Amino acid sequence: MLNGTQPVAGEGVIRFLLDDEIVTVADPAPTRTILQFLREDLRRCGSKEGCAEGDCGACTVVLGELVRRDGVERVQLRAVNACIQFLPTLDGKAIYTVESLKQRDGSLHPVQRALVDTHASQCGFCTPGFVMSLFALFKNVAAPDRACVADALSGNLCRCTGYRPIIEAAARMYECVGESGFAGTPGTLAAASADADEQALIGRLQGLRRDAALVVRAGGGRFHAPLTLVELAELRERLPAARILAGGTDVGLWVTKQHRELPELIYIGKVAELGTVELSESHFEIGAAVSLSDAFAALDGAYPELAELWRRFASVPVRNAGTLVGNIANGSPIGDSMPVLICLGASVVLRKGAARRELALEDLYLDYQKTAMQPGEFVERVRVPRSRHGWVVRSYKIAKRFDQDISAVCAAFALRIAGGKVAEARIAYGGMAATPRRAAAAEAALTGQPWQEPAVRAAAAALDADYTPLSDMRASAAYRMKVAKNALYRLWLETRGEAPLAAAQVNVFTEA
Amino acid sequence: MASSDTSVRPGESAAHESAHLHVTGAATYVDDIPELAGTLHAALGVSAKARARIRAIDFSAVRAVPGVVAVLTAADIPGPNDCGPIVHDDPILADGEVFYVGQPIFAVIATTVDAARRAARKAVVDYEVLPAVLDPRAARAAESFVLPPMRRICGEPAERLAAAPHRLQGQWSVGGQEQFYLEGQVSYCAPREDGCLQLWCSTQHPTEMQHVVAHCLNKAANQVLVEMRRMGGGFGGKESQSALFACVAALAASKLNRPVKLRLDRDDDMMITGKRHDFCYDYEVGFDDAGRILAVRVEMIARAGFSADLSGPVATRALCHFDNAYFLSDADISALCARTNTQSNTAFRGFGGPQGAIAIEYILDTIARRLGLDALDVRKANFYGKSDRNLTPYGQLVADNVIHELVAELEQSSDYRARREAIARWNADSPIIKKGLALTPVKFGISFNVVHFNQAGALVHIYTDGSMLVNHGGTEMGQGLNTKVAQVVAMTLGVPLSRVRATAADTSKVANTSATAASTGADLNGKAAEDAALRLRARLAVLAAERFGGSPEAVRFADARVSGEGWQIDFDELVTLAYQARVQLWSDGFYATPGLHWDRDSLTGSPFFYFAYGAAVSEVAVDTLSGEWKLLRADLLHDAGNSINPAIDIGQVEGAYIQGMGWLTTEELVWNAEGRLTTHAPSTYKIPAVADCPPVFNTRLFHNPNHVDTIMRSKAVGEPPLLLPFSVFFAIRDAIAAVGDGRFAPPLTAPATGEAILGAVDAVRAAQGEPA
Repeated sequence: MLNGTQPVAGEGVIRFLLDDEIVTVADPAPTRTILQFLREDLRRCGSKEGCAEGDCGACTVVLGELVRRDGVERVQLRAVNACIQFLPTLDGKAIYTVESLKQRDGSLHPVQRALVDTHASQCGFCTPGFVMSLFALFKNVAAPDRACVADALSGNLCRCTGYRPIIEAAARMYECVGESGFAGTPGTLAAASADADEQALIGRLQGLRRDAALVVRAGGGRFHAPLTLVELAELRERLPAARILAGGTDVGLWVTKQHRELPELIYIGKVAELGTVELSESHFEIGAAVSLSDAFAALDGAYPELAELWRRFASVPVRNAGTLVGNIANGSPIGDSMPVLICLGASVVLRKGAARRELALEDLYLDYQKTAMQPGEFVERVRVPRSRHGWVVRSYKIAKRFDQDISAVCAAFALRIAGGKVAEARIAYGGMAATPRRAAAAEAALTGQPWQEPAVRAAAAALDADYTPLSDMRASAAYRMKVAKNALYRLWLETRGEAPLAAAQVNVFTEA
Repeated sequence: MASSDTSVRPGESAAHESAHLHVTGAATYVDDIPELAGTLHAALGVSAKARARIRAIDFSAVRAVPGVVAVLTAADIPGPNDCGPIVHDDPILADGEVFYVGQPIFAVIATTVDAARRAARKAVVDYEVLPAVLDPRAARAAESFVLPPMRRICGEPAERLAAAPHRLQGQWSVGGQEQFYLEGQVSYCAPREDGCLQLWCSTQHPTEMQHVVAHCLNKAANQVLVEMRRMGGGFGGKESQSALFACVAALAASKLNRPVKLRLDRDDDMMITGKRHDFCYDYEVGFDDAGRILAVRVEMIARAGFSADLSGPVATRALCHFDNAYFLSDADISALCARTNTQSNTAFRGFGGPQGAIAIEYILDTIARRLGLDALDVRKANFYGKSDRNLTPYGQLVADNVIHELVAELEQSSDYRARREAIARWNADSPIIKKGLALTPVKFGISFNVVHFNQAGALVHIYTDGSMLVNHGGTEMGQGLNTKVAQVVAMTLGVPLSRVRATAADTSKVANTSATAASTGADLNGKAAEDAALRLRARLAVLAAERFGGSPEAVRFADARVSGEGWQIDFDELVTLAYQARVQLWSDGFYATPGLHWDRDSLTGSPFFYFAYGAAVSEVAVDTLSGEWKLLRADLLHDAGNSINPAIDIGQVEGAYIQGMGWLTTEELVWNAEGRLTTHAPSTYKIPAVADCPPVFNTRLFHNPNHVDTIMRSKAVGEPPLLLPFSVFFAIRDAIAAVGDGRFAPPLTAPATGEAILGAVDAVRAAQGEPA
């Protein structure tokens, strides 16, 4: 299956950079994971499998790809979970594994040196994953604070150390001197312009660009990676039963955990038009291939009150790979992006062939894992208003753990308060019903009422009419309903006209 | 952030011997071993029912999967179908009847991992469903136990309870805990000549793997060689329960005459293997106005699961740790191992000790609230005395008590009293977020409760170039055992640590080893390695004295030099001379812990060589609207004796603290009504993550050279600090109590999930104005 390292372009041949070498693989099995490829085919065993579902981070690798930043082509390095990424998606990228950090003189990379110096490995099994998450941080940020470090490590579990020495290593690594060169020089990707090493890498990645769609055929399966939106739309219409693949953070698990056969995959990650966030006059136009990381970064300026929600949304590697539209299109009842997007009045643009239609986000969801999408149709982008001036917007996530946990309940609110009264209310919850859904009764109970405790209590009581949550391993129905109501109360405490409580008085995770 | 007391170190804070391999991805775990040609892969087909008879299994769809080579069932096992460590009630593959959801029924052997796993799901099993018992209390009511109940009565608890001025009684429970070693269970077996097998297995107990494999295949122990370089975490989960996978890999390798690897998928691992026992308690306690316990009665019901596994010794340790750091003059302590149709629970760091000790902490915390006293003062009033009040309920004298001075030091350094007041002020002004604070102590007994397990062997080789190799009976699972043992050898022979390499545990080198468990790894194997090194040193000293003069006793080994009166020589040169003089340059060493005895019938004796102590102060903030919480600060002070390697010991202390915190807070095991574990992957089972590490985390080692002759006067450090995060749980309870007047004891169960916390908040609100 490995074709050696000769760069041979071809329809079913993928090419990527590994340790500065171009690796080519002809027609790999479409759902073979990057981790399987590394461990089983290359016997490059530094990356570990801890869970095969993107939750432990032992498999973390760093991917490099070309992006346009401020109109200039730059390299973007991001940590992802190799265990749920399919090998053909590597085409045209650079991959760095723990073995890649080996310095020419055999010494340790600064990230590795720092981890040794702080006694940050015990059993060592999670360590390669931490190394790679830290490597991405090392390249992307010149001087991270603790919150930034914690975020960078949010997708890596360690069962031995309790994390303190690893957090310490993240500070120490900047003091460890490495060899010059791309891998060993910290913070360069945050710089205003590319240095010589980055320029060289840009050139190599440009050389991997393909001018025609990638189609991989193996083992009865097909993997299509069109390059343009038109190609994609045609393909989708022609293959309505095909599974669309974007970040793979859900579809990957169908393969690794459910052993599902996915004979026809359409990968949208190479469709340039879908990879950008455009600003129209009134909306963020977020393309279907835009990662959660990029989508949240775009929304951050407009909605700073959502920062904690984004921080608690899965983990950095999952946000780097997964897409916002993927989260939306999946329609999971526990997806964390939808409640607040519904409250913000977001809509989706659905595409079928040349035809487009726009649907309010809440109208996309019909029932459990059932959407209003027609066969052959796909979500082209999501449109999020650029501001909700005069509205109070909040979303609260309630889960067992701060980092990378699926919500028991995710509450979202957008209220327009005028003259002390609730002029308009949009309330939506995740985890409370078979789909992310608005709370019509609670909204009605608030609308037109003074923004005061009696109305809040009435709206909370109305949630009983809006939802009949389930009990499962994350929470009981009673707890879900209770915290759903309490979230509304918290919203009021934070935003009431008289003596509103500061964030630190209602949120244990606020930096005091 | 963390600091160590530099005055206590006999050794250096050397880096873990494999640290440079960990960080470069070059450390080899079982699945990383280059595969032999022809290697096949196994996967297990498991029960979908909690209890059922198997009428028939249709394997045709399994066999039809391309790549499948064989399907193995119980009928293929030539010897006894059993891998139980003590009681022989653990089938390797179910034979006609299944006892829990997840129990292995058959193994598929295929050319790829993927094919084996896909095929294993395709069997059609015809079950005749039988009634299952899923709840330990239900098992208790039905008197369904895997082992006979244990009960230890000391003093006159019934009379003293009746006469006590204050009494409390209640029920409580603590959840179980998945080990969640990052490296899942894995065994790789290769056939060798003459019916022999070589097994690479991620296990804490190579010797037992050797035995169970030999046993089920009707082989002699000398036909099975087990090698174990390192585990990606064990935590007790690979003490006995690596056995099933070792047996299946060996069975397949033996049957097919091909190398076979069985590496579990994470979900399968969590569905199949046992966890820390969840416990429920019925208690009654009598106490005086100062909160001093006059008498106590407790019945502890442990969820053993479907078989005995290690539940007996776990229950014994729970019984021997119910006292924690407190003198209980009159106590009635019983421990029951409830048989349930769930995974067979097993060892997990602390081994029942934490479940025993946290019960008395819950009782003391409740007493303090009832009396309106600071829980720390009630705890102190009950501490073991130094010269009196120092006999445990099981009859061992506490001869090394340092809990008073240790707690006093921590109370001071953590600023406990001032923070207590500051928190009270803060809470008075904070309607939603409540803060809580708690200091809890630890006393933990060191040694296996089974006396004969307390032995170890080692081999030390000095090669003619002066480099050394040490092999011992312990296994490396990240705890730094190999580093400490190598340090012992290097220190004993006066050479730099870089000269000494520790090698994989190997049943063909040191025989009849004990499990690396009960925190005893460094105590036992360090002593054995020291013994071997001392023998070598003595031989070299004799030779040097002969050649250069003076008495052998006067010869010194330091800094890679050997010296006597008026002479000095490089260590390497002396080694060369010794070789030429035909001096044996390798030696075995052996160690057996002295002075232990334990009577299993009366549950009395002196089962522990010594006790390790510690204490922690934790401060939390709790959101009383959601039950979410955050650990704000932790101050840990732990007694590692005269630490061999302070950095490694601090790593153990902090790691155990966070791991134990997970057990008591976010880690929740949920079985559904059909007995299926629904939290079987990291997506649903939440161990602590990076944000759970407190922003202020002060860890220090308490200066306290061991009073008994342990290796370098150090103390075992693996398990005891797992009890330190009791302080997190009780800080959460403290914060919840602040919703009311502080005197109502919140009925908080563990794990204190957001849901449990919110439930306790509601209970406090409901009880406001009417103290319990």
